[in-house]
Amino acid sequence: MRNKVKVTQFTKREHRDFWLFISPWLIGFIVFSVGPIIAAIFISLTEWNILSPPIWVGFNNFINLFKDKVFYAALINTAYYTVGSVILGTILALIVAILLNQHIRGVTIFRTLYFLPSVTAGVAVTILWLWIYNPEFGLINYFLSLIGIKGPQWLFDTRWVLPALIIMSLWGIGSNMMIFLAALQNVPQELLEAAEIDGANTWYRFWNVTIPMISPTIFLVLVMSTIGAFQTFMQPYVMTRGGPGNASMLYGLYIYFNAFQWWKMGYASALSWIMFIMVFILTLIQFRVSKSWVYYETTEGR
Amino acid sequence: MSQHISKKKLFSIIKTIILYLLVGLGALIFTLPFLWMISTSLKPEYDIFVLPPKWIPNPPLWENYRKGWTLLPFNLFLKNTLIIVVNNLVGNLISCSLVAYGFARLRHPLKDTLFMLLISTMMIPYSVTMIPLFILYNKLGWVNTFKPLMIPAWFGYPFFIFLLRQFFLGLPKELDEAAKIDGCSNWRIYWNIILPLSKPALATVAIFSFLGNWNDFLGPLIYLSSQEKYTIAIGLNLFRGQYFTYMGYMMAVSVVTVLPVIVIFLLAQQYFIRGIVMSGIKG
Repeated sequence: MRNKVKVTQFTKREHRDFWLFISPWLIGFIVFSVGPIIAAIFISLTEWNILSPPIWVGFNNFINLFKDKVFYAALINTAYYTVGSVILGTILALIVAILLNQHIRGVTIFRTLYFLPSVTAGVAVTILWLWIYNPEFGLINYFLSLIGIKGPQWLFDTRWVLPALIIMSLWGIGSNMMIFLAALQNVPQELLEAAEIDGANTWYRFWNVTIPMISPTIFLVLVMSTIGAFQTFMQPYVMTRGGPGNASMLYGLYIYFNAFQWWKMGYASALSWIMFIMVFILTLIQFRVSKSWVYYETTEGR
Repeated sequence: MSQHISKKKLFSIIKTIILYLLVGLGALIFTLPFLWMISTSLKPEYDIFVLPPKWIPNPPLWENYRKGWTLLPFNLFLKNTLIIVVNNLVGNLISCSLVAYGFARLRHPLKDTLFMLLISTMMIPYSVTMIPLFILYNKLGWVNTFKPLMIPAWFGYPFFIFLLRQFFLGLPKELDEAAKIDGCSNWRIYWNIILPLSKPALATVAIFSFLGNWNDFLGPLIYLSSQEKYTIAIGLNLFRGQYFTYMGYMMAVSVVTVLPVIVIFLLAQQYFIRGIVMSGIKG
């Protein structure tokens, strides 16, 4: 009897401690996430420039949104950028990881060199790329001229500005490469050897052993990169401000301009809600599709 | 027979050569932008806008660094950045480790649900909460102060909590059970047992926190309006707007702001890698 009382007291104290320990996050979660998300719904139903009180406009912002040409442009640009940078980036990261996984000398040096750009991703490096893309004296067009190609105007050309941003994003694949490298090193060597003994060639082993074994990692990288690419802001803001025309107006940039340049808080909130829903649906689709190609070991490994 | 073996050997040598060529060429491409940045930063204007580009500045013009750094008050920007970076680093370490301890070591019926919630907040786009938060901070009179950039750091950050929880889960549970039998409180276990054992994980979080705040652009851009409050990131953007044609100065300043990141990265690479790799095993 006394023992039982002691146990419940002990549990009670543990429960109290649990709330105390997680309280920083819990408070932050309510103040910085839940509250704002709910508030964003209300703000999206108003016209509000912050200086004067908000005006209730019902669903007008959402209706206007579907008549807004720039909204569609931003949507298409973002889709283009996201698909391009995520697919190319994932493939390239995987290829580099596979190459580095081939028992080569000096692998740590190579790994560092590939990894470094993803660490330094900031305004400084964005400005550097502005210079690299300089049509006259930039590095890229210089190299293109060496093989007899007259390079495009890059950031000043409506057709080349998004490819330019995508190419730049490929420079930052280092962290995904590291994730793949770790996954590759976790592929059980016995499986590959067994397949080799059974007469499977390198290509067959890659597609039927390695890829299935690392497919959960590929999936994770795809989901996280998609969410990240969808929200790209700093690069177009610093490099092009959405131009020329609206050719590099990405969705995150358009939300920023609406909110903090034109002070249309209601409209910007409506835009960001649409973004939230799209990211959510996209992630959901990726999870659905993943069931058909991601291979999870049946025996729980962890 | 012997011819067959040598053919196979030749094939493997060719394969190795191709492999090294590919990896080396790729590494060169990944490194060239940095070299180009350093090269440009040490050249006078008349050597920058020339074709073909001169790779080796002769003589190197160190003056670009002094000029670039003082054209705008970069010392002040550096100070501002350091205030924010250090505060957020300490705030993240304390708050995230507390929360991670709660999720890793304490039992509660709602624990798993709450943790799922925490993980799912990592997927909320920043722009959804950005506008209401701006309005809130504006009401509180916090706009154009460091507060909106510094206070949230004390309330945990999901990714870091996740990293630390993973690490805490890997520590032997017998340690704290023994301490509990001896009558140690959870605070003592957290402070005296778990934290000292978690230095590598804390280092990882510290580095990621430093990096994220050093490179943060959108936050300072939204909240800081007067120039004397600027951080390096938005100071650089201002510089790019005002002295666009002074490529030498611009690259010099860029080198200086990238340098600490590179140095820290090279010194603490294993912690970086640990964090990156752990973020890949969410499973």
